Amino acid sequence: MTQARLETDRHAPLAALREDFPALQQDIGGNGLVYLDSAASAQVPLSVIEKMAQYQSHDHANVHRGVHTLSHRATEAYEGARDKVQAFVNARSRAEIVLTSGTTEAINLVAQSYCRPLLQTGDRILITHLEHHSNIVPWQLVCEQTGAELVVAPIDEAGQVDMQEFTRLLDDNVRLVAAAHVSNALGTINPVRDIIARSHALDIPVLLDGAQGVPHLAIDVQELDCDFYAFSSHKMYGPTGVGVLYARESLLDSMPPYQGGGDMILEVTFSGTTYNELPYKFEAGTPNISGVVGLGAAVDYLQAAGMSNIAAHEAELLDYMMAQLANIDGIRLYGTASNKASVQSFMLEDVHPHDLGTILDHQGVAVRTGHHCAMPVMQYYDIPGTARASLGLYNNTADVDRLVTAIEKAKQVFA
Amino acid sequence: MNLASIQAGDELRDLYRELILDHSRHPRNFGKLDDATHTAEGINPLCGDKLRLYLRVDEQQVADARFEGSGCAISVASASLLTEIVVGQPGEVALDFARDVIGRLTGATSPRPPAAELGKIQALDGVREFPTRVKCATLAWQALNSALNRQTTAATTE
Repeated sequence: MTQARLETDRHAPLAALREDFPALQQDIGGNGLVYLDSAASAQVPLSVIEKMAQYQSHDHANVHRGVHTLSHRATEAYEGARDKVQAFVNARSRAEIVLTSGTTEAINLVAQSYCRPLLQTGDRILITHLEHHSNIVPWQLVCEQTGAELVVAPIDEAGQVDMQEFTRLLDDNVRLVAAAHVSNALGTINPVRDIIARSHALDIPVLLDGAQGVPHLAIDVQELDCDFYAFSSHKMYGPTGVGVLYARESLLDSMPPYQGGGDMILEVTFSGTTYNELPYKFEAGTPNISGVVGLGAAVDYLQAAGMSNIAAHEAELLDYMMAQLANIDGIRLYGTASNKASVQSFMLEDVHPHDLGTILDHQGVAVRTGHHCAMPVMQYYDIPGTARASLGLYNNTADVDRLVTAIEKAKQVFA
Repeated sequence: MNLASIQAGDELRDLYRELILDHSRHPRNFGKLDDATHTAEGINPLCGDKLRLYLRVDEQQVADARFEGSGCAISVASASLLTEIVVGQPGEVALDFARDVIGRLTGATSPRPPAAELGKIQALDGVREFPTRVKCATLAWQALNSALNRQTTAATTE
């Protein structure tokens, strides 16, 4: 047993949490499931599943609409979850928490409601080379619509944003900076405080794509001082189909609605409509109520586990995983930034990642293979894709050891 | 952990047979065909596999076939086998082959013994145990179908 394993296993309370996840208690192809794909979607603890089932079984009705008991219960549950999210990311006000269908919708909302009315020819949006497609394509769309230009700050071989180039590109024509908090493909934790400080010095607002940040780091939007922060429930042990846009109240106030419909209005006449107050102005239609209830339960779960415990456990385990992978002959690691979270991308010799993924799956080890919705990152390294092992709070050193054994098996198949 | 199952892996050996590994490492007829009369692209958006198939059809007969692109071992081997199999065949027969192979690998048709010319394609049969990989194996054959039908859009596996 290595020193690294001893250190990791000291987090005994977290080790026990693995039992909370029903999906992890199964065999795949005769081997216990080793789930190393939490960066794509995390597994869901029983408390979240039960909370959603309880809501659907006893409390479901539409929100903000009826005087009857169930409608009241549903509204309490839905708005209660918003309050939990507000506390979780330390927003100043619940009006700053817009519930969406996911990070993707949250970013599209900012692109269409904040940027589109503002942008003109000659304006720029600045992103980085390591963004997920959902933090690229919404900006491309709004640039096409307005004649603005999308500008990309380059990365280095380790997968870190070149801050010198970033600073050079950050000029008076930039109307918004959008960057990942944590890269989904490489695990790089971007220097977001530096990015925000430099942008704010020029009065440029900053959106952080926090889909990979929230599950692994304690988030305080006031301390970060970001203007927009987008994240998804299903990356943080909640259900799919729900996400959050945190935005400064002053910005949300200045923005027109994203979609029209029920619930986002105060009064509708054929001569005009008065929009509802924040955050409801941005929540048209009946929302994903049970999903939001599940998100609230996931927040409870994470707070009970303690984000600092989770971050410490995952950081140790990532060090262990990187060291173990680096020991394998023929492995190339992609994403070796000094500041990383949760994720390691790699290639084995000339084995295509898709083939590697099949062989690992056959041994019960689930990893993501392909371009990870970050094709420009793959283009930078001139590779078709990678295999990516990503960690969640429930993983342990035994999972990493199983991954290593499975990769050795793949080497035999392709020997 | 269950060492026995890791050492066995018969299904894996069945998927990655020697013939498949050989064709993936040394694809036959790889490269562009400058005098192609028919061409089509095959794209698997799930994994980013991207192949372009070139055919030269003379007097209703496939006179030459080449392909280029990048993909996993299964998709490259399948394309490589395809180029060996279709050359010399009448276009109509090549289209039948595409339909037979796709049916065989997707399980849409019963895995009866294939036509003699298609014998080697049985090396891909292992893919039937790996539902997520069937599309890799059929990609080039979808492109063959598109090329011979002169469809201008790329064939995708979706």
